[in-house]
Amino acid sequence: MEKWIERQRHLIDFTLSSLFRRKRKNAALVFVYMLVVFLLASVVFFVQSMKTESAAILKDAPDLIIQRMVAGRYEIIPMSYLEPVRLIRGVSSVRARLWGYYYDPVVGANYTLMVSENPDLAPGKIIVGEGVSRVRLVNAGDTIEFRTHTGEVIDLEIQNTLSSESAMVSSDLILVTEQDFRRLFGVPIGFATDLAVRIRNPREMPTVALKAAGLLPDTRQVLKDEILRTYDAVFDWRGGILVIILSGVLMAFGILAWDKASGLSSEERREIGILKAIGWETSDVLLMKFWEGMAISLASFFMGVMLAYVHVYFASAALFEPVLKGWSVLYPRFRMVPSLDFFELSVLFFLSVVPYTVATIIPAWKAATSDPDTVMR
Amino acid sequence: MNIMLLALMFTDASVGERAGAASLRANADLVGKLDLTDLCLFTEASYTRHLSLADLHTPFQNGPMSLEHFPSGSLAIPPAAIRKVNGKVD
Repeated sequence: MEKWIERQRHLIDFTLSSLFRRKRKNAALVFVYMLVVFLLASVVFFVQSMKTESAAILKDAPDLIIQRMVAGRYEIIPMSYLEPVRLIRGVSSVRARLWGYYYDPVVGANYTLMVSENPDLAPGKIIVGEGVSRVRLVNAGDTIEFRTHTGEVIDLEIQNTLSSESAMVSSDLILVTEQDFRRLFGVPIGFATDLAVRIRNPREMPTVALKAAGLLPDTRQVLKDEILRTYDAVFDWRGGILVIILSGVLMAFGILAWDKASGLSSEERREIGILKAIGWETSDVLLMKFWEGMAISLASFFMGVMLAYVHVYFASAALFEPVLKGWSVLYPRFRMVPSLDFFELSVLFFLSVVPYTVATIIPAWKAATSDPDTVMR
Repeated sequence: MNIMLLALMFTDASVGERAGAASLRANADLVGKLDLTDLCLFTEASYTRHLSLADLHTPFQNGPMSLEHFPSGSLAIPPAAIRKVNGKVD
């Protein structure tokens, strides 16, 4: 055993010194390889964290949302719809939500305005999310102008701001009083945007939704499960633009790696020929090539993964921001909570390290089984 | 060296996960208190801001042949049920 370890150690020593002899070429390969692993691992980390965080954050979302549909579009819902839902067995509470969107022409951002039941919030006052405060450069005590549905301009004073830690759910949020909301959007008294229903037993959610659909045929029911599933699927990396872009990079790398690994340069062929001539066996040459492939792919894999970790969790996936941000002016600033999935990391490992290592061995085996004299020529 | 850094990464992840639990809890509380339904990720259009509450036919809201034109719309895939229904048409 000791002899075997010693042999491997010498082989690794030789391989590393052989790699250092062609350091520029190998450094370029490691750099590109690392970049590919970095991009893929960034997507894996990002998707994993988003999925975990959305599940943790939205677990307290309403069990059922009831929207009124008119001609296939959702419309404001009469408050008279509240009572029949409340009487459904299993429903613990129903709340009429008043919320809407407001486009701010000053900065070109869209805000979500929502009525808060906070008794401390007086008419004329608002509570704003971190993003609103950032893009409008306003803080507690400042005012923001709003144009009502009649064209009248009103000033609402910021009472305070929501914590930046909650940016992921509240960055574009403006909490207003019911009175100000109705004045702004002209939603008549007796109407709300939708109904938020809480259900005692989670297993009864589909039954309650069915009963509500029967009682109120012009409504659409959105279950919490559907909300959670939406967010589970949103960043499904098979369906994203990122992977489409990455697939091009991957293919380019595949061609590069295959070309580098499968076609030995004349220098490498000569090296194998010399090794064979001085008494190396085919298995030794294969082992050397195996260690060479391992050294390159392992180093690239580890560096790529660690860079991806820094990118996603320390730099808040800054490279993906333009894609995620789209045309929106207001993009939340948040730091993701690390969530490493061993399974996905091992899949990435086997998809990146193993193919390259195997690809390096085949041409080396071809060269090593040929006559040393022919190979050296 | 690499393995040491990798071990450090896992340690940092586990510490970060524990530290982040409090902020996740605070966010979940806010969601519960205000009855929020969606994450504030894409604010460019109403149907990307509230993905779970958007109209089912949202990408076609401007006309039957209108294509999705908001960049983040291409990130959000349609619900599985809709993909199945339209499978043969797509």
